[in-house]
Amino acid sequence: MGLSYRGPGRHSEEVTTVSPVSPNWVTTRLDFLTNWARSNSLWPMPFGTACCAIEFMATAASRFDLARFGMERMSFSPRQADVLICAGRLPFKLAPVIRRIWDQMPQPKWAISMGACASTGGIFDNYAMVQGIDTIIPVDVYVPGCPPRPEGLLYGIRLLQKKIMGESLADESLRDEKLVGPSGLFLSPERIDELSEPFGNSVDQTRST
Amino acid sequence: MSGVSPSLAPMRAEFGDAVERHLVSCGDTVVYVRRDRSHDVLAWLKETPSQEFTYLTDITAVEYRDPEQPLEVVYQLRCLDRRADLRIKVALDKRGPLEVRSVWDLWRGADWLEREVYDMFGVTFAGHPDLRRILMWETYSEGHPLRKSFPLRGHFSRSEQTRQALGANPEAHYSMEELSLAEAFQELPADMRERLARGERGFLR
Repeated sequence: MGLSYRGPGRHSEEVTTVSPVSPNWVTTRLDFLTNWARSNSLWPMPFGTACCAIEFMATAASRFDLARFGMERMSFSPRQADVLICAGRLPFKLAPVIRRIWDQMPQPKWAISMGACASTGGIFDNYAMVQGIDTIIPVDVYVPGCPPRPEGLLYGIRLLQKKIMGESLADESLRDEKLVGPSGLFLSPERIDELSEPFGNSVDQTRST
Repeated sequence: MSGVSPSLAPMRAEFGDAVERHLVSCGDTVVYVRRDRSHDVLAWLKETPSQEFTYLTDITAVEYRDPEQPLEVVYQLRCLDRRADLRIKVALDKRGPLEVRSVWDLWRGADWLEREVYDMFGVTFAGHPDLRRILMWETYSEGHPLRKSFPLRGHFSRSEQTRQALGANPEAHYSMEELSLAEAFQELPADMRERLARGERGFLR
């Protein structure tokens, strides 16, 4: 949006008149309006890979009716999508696919990781599976469950709407593209190893190692 | 339906000591065949009029936990007319090359099955027209995941696995030839081509 106070523009000397860290009346009103509009017209990009996608379909169908929350239309093109919902486990083979879809989505965009496998790798602590999609793309809301019931996903979506209502146009870092860097990763390797570490019952699982 | 498959006696008569031990497991006959004659035996089983195992259900492989035991390539055959099953196993000594003759020339369906066994176990099939990985992506470099020597979580660290996965080109998995029906059309039997050209769909006797 056009409320940029930084950068080498013509008025760069006047930067300090309105500080981005202390939003004034105009920006907060505008924030409210934009966030209200954004949070109530989220178009989901469904990325269904497993049983979570069945629950996701149920969420979109008449009984639970995702459209009540402004998700009137599934956006099967990432170009018109606002929120990527990864419903199901993500194998390494699909990692470049979801990364490309995420890169194709225009800002503002958010991601929901639906279910235990998308969030942590779940029961698939093995060579083929990404241990949480947050090692591939930035995630806003994690929905637990195996798979989560439609109520769970709706709760996650409501949480995302709440999160969007708290955003501010003054905070430009929210819209930063977190691209895959020259290292071939979007996080540091140490961070990815840390996120992928086994936990719970998996810790003692050392078969054939 | 227990007892040894009636195919075993003629097999032994035809191939002698190339047919090794056999056993009956859950009503299915399992026959071990020597590696160098496996293609001959399978061709005979498919083409001999009294056998006619025309349907290849599956090709897979087994590796046992005991490192001394050989790796086994398993062929599950079925005769559709007689409704008879037969399982052929070929034992491969792990100290030697893991290689068997491809049966792609007998059953076209063996194409992807052999690719899967190659991908997961590293068994090479001599004579296969296109022996590439099928489940893992083609630049996958950690090895063959279903081998006992392969750690459950893979050889590399998670960050290295993520880096290699993100570096793969998602469009490189399938060639267009592979998916092109237009090209596959020429490979179909003449009568099927004719039926499709007439606009007929589905199977008619």
